[in-house]
Amino acid sequence: MTTTTTAPGYDPARPWALHPQVSLRPESFGALAYHFGTRRLSFLKSRTLLAVVESLADQPSGLEACRAAGVAPEELAAYEQALGTLAATGMICERAA
Amino acid sequence: MTLAGPDPGFRLVDRFEQGLDAPICLTWELTYACNLACVHCLSSSGRRDPHELSTDECKALIDEFERMQIFYVNIGGGEPTIRSDFWELVDYATAHRVGVKFSTNGSRITDGVAARLAASDYVDVQLSLDGATAEVNDAVRGVGSFATAVTAMERLAAAGFAGFKISVVVTRHNVGQLDAFKSLADRYGAQLRLTRLRPAGRGADVWDELHPTAVQQRQLYDWLVARGEDVLTGDSFFHLSAFGDALPGLNLCGAGRVVCLVDPVGDVYACPFAIHDEFLAGNVRTPGGFTSVWRESALFAELRAPQGEGACTSCGHYDACRGGCMAAKFFTGLPLDGPDPECVLGHGENALDARGDVKAPRPSPDHSSRPRRVAVALTPSHRPDRRCDESPLAGAGAALRAE
Repeated sequence: MTTTTTAPGYDPARPWALHPQVSLRPESFGALAYHFGTRRLSFLKSRTLLAVVESLADQPSGLEACRAAGVAPEELAAYEQALGTLAATGMICERAA
Repeated sequence: MTLAGPDPGFRLVDRFEQGLDAPICLTWELTYACNLACVHCLSSSGRRDPHELSTDECKALIDEFERMQIFYVNIGGGEPTIRSDFWELVDYATAHRVGVKFSTNGSRITDGVAARLAASDYVDVQLSLDGATAEVNDAVRGVGSFATAVTAMERLAAAGFAGFKISVVVTRHNVGQLDAFKSLADRYGAQLRLTRLRPAGRGADVWDELHPTAVQQRQLYDWLVARGEDVLTGDSFFHLSAFGDALPGLNLCGAGRVVCLVDPVGDVYACPFAIHDEFLAGNVRTPGGFTSVWRESALFAELRAPQGEGACTSCGHYDACRGGCMAAKFFTGLPLDGPDPECVLGHGENALDARGDVKAPRPSPDHSSRPRRVAVALTPSHRPDRRCDESPLAGAGAALRAE
């Protein structure tokens, strides 16, 4: 199990999107994410995180996606860390602004 | 497997114990036909069953998998490539965004097949090999099977297929070859996968003489901790976690909760190691199909209900091993709420000794081509031990790791 303590490569000010080869399956606890290219499975551990990830492509930045999904300021660091993990494993990727 | 989320106290294992709307990891055995007759075959394969699912039924099942968002299926058998519609079904699945990993003995991996596989992102291959030498492998899988598998590996590597899997069932005779297996995998750019020998199918006949000894289990655990970083295990060794640090993975029996098996005639079992009426949840041909079986079967509801710790309740390691493997207990005649037969604290051996005249259940059904073997003619190889260790990852493991 991978535990990432930092968020390498994830810049909340940049625009992001779900990787095109990734499928999301909503679950009561959040969601499963599967990358068909790397065959890697990830778990999104809250429905809010799912909402953030789903809205990435429509928001101007990762930060805006978090705000739009209702992430409270005090929760932001935890969500950015989660997004950092997803970025590091290729589940989400930067898109052209 | 990666966990991403804001809540550090969140335990996926708690959620998974209650089951999910769809399995994470599904094994689909396409046929009972096989050109080999491995002594430990989990599905007692050999002869095709006349009632196996038709091509159209298989496609309808794939449609269901797609609707349930089952990301990938592990296809096995038998030897699945024997089915004349095998590639048609693989293409159909991947066109419907259901990834495929299939297990094979390699006998049908021609240069052309290898090239085709190398070109697909959605298909993964797992070659079965149970010895790092022909002597050890062929005693279990049959004469010539080592050479066949090596030829297949050479073809896959030559075609540029990086990262195919070499899948090894760890036995008393090959546990000393873990480094050699790793070298073999490295040579062909493959990934090693080690799984546990289960007393299921024909494996029930040979488990006593083939399962690793207590000393070897420790050796295996140490190897996994030290060298298992890149080694897949399907989370199948979670019963070893009581040795010390938990091995990577969920350390959870996923049967009927996050995994299940669909057999060639459409019967749905709780897991690939439990092909027995006791663990039969239903059939995909009944109204409601696979979805209803997964979501509504009484058996699966029972498996997802809180389980008692039984005889293990006072054991301080219960959180690590969670009582071990249900199928291993069942087919060795042990109570399901007691210790695993390979409990590293020795409780399993005591329980086996205490069985007395209790007859272990016979696996069912049996599609073996020949009468079951009673003994494996292989002299134990006394390899000097290796100081290896390893650690598997994943699972619901395995499962979870999208292996």
